[in-house]
Amino acid sequence: MTATLTLERPRQSALVIGGGIAGIQAALDIADAGFHVYLVERSPSIGGRMSQLDKTFPTLDCSACILTPKMVDAGRHPNIDLLTYAEVVEVSGRAGAFHARIKKKPRYVDADKCRGCGLCAEACRLSGRVSSDFNAGMGKRAAVYVPFPQAVPLVYTVDPNECVYLTRGVCGKTFKCKDACTAGAINFDQKEEFIEVDVGTVINATGFDLFDARRRPELGYGVYPEVITALEFERLASASGPTAGKIALNGHLPRRIVFIQCVGSRDISLGAPWCSRVCCMAVAKQAHLAHDRIPGAEITVFYIDVRAFGKGFEEFYDRVRKEGVLYRKGLPSEVLRRGDHLVVRAEDMLLGEMVEVEADLVVLAVGIAPRSDAAQVAEMLGVKRDESGFFAEDHPKLRTVESSVPGVYLAGCCQGPKDIPDTVAHAKAAACAAMILLAQTEKAMVTSDAAN
Amino acid sequence: MLQIESRAFAREHDLFACVQCGKCTGGCPMTLKTKLNPRSLILRILTAGNGFDLEPFEELWDCTTCSTCTTRCPKNVSPMEAIIGMRSAIVEKGKIHPNVKTALESTFRQGNPLTMPRDQRGAWAADLALKPMAEGVEYFYYVGCTPSYDPRGQKVARSLVKILQKAGVDFGILGNEENCCGSEVRRLGEAGLFEMMSEENTETYKSLGVSKMFTTSPHCYNVYRNDYPKNGMQVQHYTQLLAGLVEGKKLELTGKLEKTITYHDPCYLGKHNSVFDEPRAVLAAIPGAKLVEMDRSREKSLCCEGGGGRMWLEGTNPGTRLAQMRVKEALETGAEVLATACPFCLLTLEEAVKHLNADDRLKVMDVAELVAEVL
Repeated sequence: MTATLTLERPRQSALVIGGGIAGIQAALDIADAGFHVYLVERSPSIGGRMSQLDKTFPTLDCSACILTPKMVDAGRHPNIDLLTYAEVVEVSGRAGAFHARIKKKPRYVDADKCRGCGLCAEACRLSGRVSSDFNAGMGKRAAVYVPFPQAVPLVYTVDPNECVYLTRGVCGKTFKCKDACTAGAINFDQKEEFIEVDVGTVINATGFDLFDARRRPELGYGVYPEVITALEFERLASASGPTAGKIALNGHLPRRIVFIQCVGSRDISLGAPWCSRVCCMAVAKQAHLAHDRIPGAEITVFYIDVRAFGKGFEEFYDRVRKEGVLYRKGLPSEVLRRGDHLVVRAEDMLLGEMVEVEADLVVLAVGIAPRSDAAQVAEMLGVKRDESGFFAEDHPKLRTVESSVPGVYLAGCCQGPKDIPDTVAHAKAAACAAMILLAQTEKAMVTSDAAN
Repeated sequence: MLQIESRAFAREHDLFACVQCGKCTGGCPMTLKTKLNPRSLILRILTAGNGFDLEPFEELWDCTTCSTCTTRCPKNVSPMEAIIGMRSAIVEKGKIHPNVKTALESTFRQGNPLTMPRDQRGAWAADLALKPMAEGVEYFYYVGCTPSYDPRGQKVARSLVKILQKAGVDFGILGNEENCCGSEVRRLGEAGLFEMMSEENTETYKSLGVSKMFTTSPHCYNVYRNDYPKNGMQVQHYTQLLAGLVEGKKLELTGKLEKTITYHDPCYLGKHNSVFDEPRAVLAAIPGAKLVEMDRSREKSLCCEGGGGRMWLEGTNPGTRLAQMRVKEALETGAEVLATACPFCLLTLEEAVKHLNADDRLKVMDVAELVAEVL
């Protein structure tokens, strides 16, 4: 079946919203094919969630090592306009002829002059005092910062919510950051700018949020410092993290570690009925890392079911158990303080008995959730979301990268939970669908239902 | 044999949704002392074919209906309601513990489960000259059975009256005309009697033009809020009313109480209805008071074993008492006062303090009593 769209030849460029692995992959593919790409990322650097991970399952590749080259490629690709610290605020038009308005937030650092040396951050009054988002709140940075050393672009940004000058209007007699910068890059006169672009297609790669573990108060997140999320564990395990890869709390190596699966996944009562798909393997990997780095650690994983469905996953699960990680069936009901340690209370389903497992560290495998601003993005793009709040694909089997709007495609976790290989595959497919549109050369575009 | 049609029962209670994760049982306070296992009960019913014999499961009567299982279930199953349903099947067949029978009969005949005479219900307030509830009175104060009859409970009701009079709140009571709310009746499984009582009470309140009411007990508050047919009446627990008065500066606390207080969340206020902050706000307004928290607080509060009809049932392991565990937890905080806001909690915890010979170190008091001391 064919449909005829009466359009001029589509504009030979694409807008990719979101600079995580999905957006980077889609942008690189489209750019490599010879089309122009505007890659827009809200935060100061591309890289997304993947840049926060230590190792990837099941191969234990270093996440940064496989991601960084792609980030660099995206940063210097002649066909990619990288717009970081920027947000798409308006999209109009239709397939082949979209118009977008992009807000570039002031970094208060001149990107052309900044050499990424970090002298400003060292000099900043708040150096080492501002909570680092990149380190999931576990590390500290200055008010002028790059989120992580491999950031692309390697340009510093002044945090407007923290900077003493920007929040109080005065920062001593002189600006310490400005004085320290030998390139003269600090510029507090920078203003918000708007960029208007015409593109033929839009790829939504806005990613996901993590389930807020405080919504399961019985597990003690936010109350006990020894209860952390799996993402926080990644930062502890990462060589670029706050402890330089030492899995330690306040300098102490935990001897007893308990992982709890399905926190904010498969949970109808809290509006998160889906399986987040990555947690079983992420926890298996983290259990392996803990085993590897803390000799003699007693590691317990509480689970409802272990879903090891991907290539090499079941084999990895076998390996981790053989290393001595104890898997116990049962979803823990509560975490309590007992003296200097925590106690995880659960019913061991297979024993049919109540158990209390002592723990120095409890890791919650928090689920993947739709982004908190997904509703606004959906409204801006005019696309539908599904009942879970993720962006809705046009057909659950046959059109999983097409959104409900022709010419707007979905890539990665914004459409639903995915691991890295699935995200990359999805992003490549979205890029492909977008390019089918961009490659149309006839004055009257003829498209099949499979690609519009 | 106490057979239930297990398949129909499972459908009625949506037990097929259960994923057997054990979250219910892992948090059930009864597993600290008895063999009650909500998760395994569900699986037994699901796998029983079409007939399931409840007779061997004496522990069904251990459940305090604290609702920990239900609030934590990720699949929206309510093991607690399933247990109440199983009790109903047993009650229907008449095979019930004599204490339950007495409580139910007393509720039917005397309007309270305490075997007290109906015409003595209002005696606690005889000297207080309170307004009878009538059209035009702003609030209806539903006192409840324990605060009406039990000497310890009466102290709470009298304290509350003293506070409300000082704050100038316009309220009326029903005195001897007040009837049990039916909360415990429902949780003991007497669904028929509960339905009758809820209809009767609703009629009474409507005829008196009640639009706003408050209760002494979280159990009564819960039943009006969640189990009665929707009737447009605004129901509050008294701690919510007091928190509003404190916030609106209509209740000035001028005295001083230099005590360290820890607050025990009653299940029917906290877990059932998410009222955690208001009682704490009221306590925090007491000049001189220092609040400390137990490790198990708010959603993790340990049940005192007073709910679900357990005020009249010892359960299968009376030797171990959760109220005593709770008192030990309170003692660990170094608090001098264990505050609560529920007549059942007050009685069970106070008894536990006596058993532990801790009277000299820890005093159990209702939030209303504490506030009344600093008016």
